[in-house]
Amino acid sequence: METPGAAQMIYSDIVIAILIFSVLLDLFGFKNSLLTRPIFWSSYAIILPFQLLTNWWLTSRNIVMYDPDVISGLRIMSAPVEDLIFGFALILNVMGMWEYWGTKGVQKD
Amino acid sequence: MRESTMLKLSYLAMLIFTMFASFWLEIAFKVHVLRRMKRVLLSLLPISLGFLIWDAYAIAQGHWYFDQKQVTGINGPFSIPIEEILFFLIIPIAVLMTLEGVARIKPQWKHPELRK
Repeated sequence: METPGAAQMIYSDIVIAILIFSVLLDLFGFKNSLLTRPIFWSSYAIILPFQLLTNWWLTSRNIVMYDPDVISGLRIMSAPVEDLIFGFALILNVMGMWEYWGTKGVQKD
Repeated sequence: MRESTMLKLSYLAMLIFTMFASFWLEIAFKVHVLRRMKRVLLSLLPISLGFLIWDAYAIAQGHWYFDQKQVTGINGPFSIPIEEILFFLIIPIAVLMTLEGVARIKPQWKHPELRK
């Protein structure tokens, strides 16, 4: 039985596991790690303000709400920090997959 | 339009904004993401499906929930709002357009096997 009021931080735990998985996939799964290249960090620098803006929209207006027990409580521009981490993993892996299929010759140009 | 109807488009509005903010790159920067839809789908489907399974689980567990006044109310499988499904389609496309936009300006930064 759960102790009443005990923080479970389930979203936090899952998102950390996903972050670790996505970083390992990038570093060891694909031939050319995006994390070590300027194209990734430049792209992410462009995406980040939009990520913060759209997360802010969804959370400040309470379009999406979270069970306080599943998050750490740390928020950046109204959104749980977990959202930012989840977005980072999504971005990294989609880009990685895109490059992977390109190197396999699928619609390279 | 009635105010309550407008309000129901709140989540959808963010997705439409993302499309406007990124899809112009297709024309202006000739990123050619939309015309490579097979590669787009192969890239995003495994990732997005994984995240949607998590979404379904989190919704079922009540980890997060949506203000029914601010979503269309159209749900996909497992009570996932249509907006969430569109999120995992539109956001990755916007991401790939940004990556290809940067690659247009800095072709030397591209994956070595993808340089011309």
